[in-house]
Amino acid sequence: MSDPMRIRAQVAGDKATVRVLMAHEMESGQRKDAAGKTIPAWHIQDVTAQHNGKTVMTAQWGPAVSKNPFLQFNVKGAKAGDKITVSWVDNKGDKRSDEAVVS
Amino acid sequence: MPSRREMLSRSAQVATLLAAAGLFPQLAKAQAATGLNADAFAAKNMAELMKALGSAAPTESKEIAVTGPDIAENGAVVPIGASTALPGVKRLLILVEKNPSLLAAMFNITDAIDANISTRVKMGQSSNVVAVAMMNDGKVLFAQKEVKVTLGGCGG
Repeated sequence: MSDPMRIRAQVAGDKATVRVLMAHEMESGQRKDAAGKTIPAWHIQDVTAQHNGKTVMTAQWGPAVSKNPFLQFNVKGAKAGDKITVSWVDNKGDKRSDEAVVS
Repeated sequence: MPSRREMLSRSAQVATLLAAAGLFPQLAKAQAATGLNADAFAAKNMAELMKALGSAAPTESKEIAVTGPDIAENGAVVPIGASTALPGVKRLLILVEKNPSLLAAMFNITDAIDANISTRVKMGQSSNVVAVAMMNDGKVLFAQKEVKVTLGGCGG
């Protein structure tokens, strides 16, 4: 299991801005190690965001997303105290899910 | 470069592994997802990508906004945003034209969120960054912006 994500969800008017910082290497599969061998790609593949248990967004990522990915989106109608859950699965099958409360 | 045949047999192997691991109910979904991923993320140009996603050729639109720096000092971390005020967006894509794989990220949008996403991507060299919005009615719109990169972030 990898390090936890940092999720911050703040109310702004009638929606909540959610910012997520995930901890992941996001190896591109393009780089070579000291011996000249290509380092295999290792990146987050699927991301799911839920608001009070209802899926509001899914994403599919390639290796071109930066290391320790940042993601920001706005959830309509989210109020203080609502629960935001973000989970990801990488191409090695590793997964992680974290949740935050809207403030 | 593995051939299509090899890719297909490999994904069949993965599917078998998943089934063995007791993930059978999600198998159909997983297969669909990996199939889409493999084709879309292997696309080298817009035509291939749109074919992989099964959609029409995109048209440029002022309603789509792509945000990013004019000059990025570090190609490994380039903040890019894609947004539109149009209703009925199904998907937002972020593409980097000169990367080894065109498609960087694909977001499936629902009515519960704004069609406004920000993230960070890697860029190998200065190139156009394209935001594509696929609408519920089948229209595909895009906007692009040139980002100059002083230090590439893909190879090295």
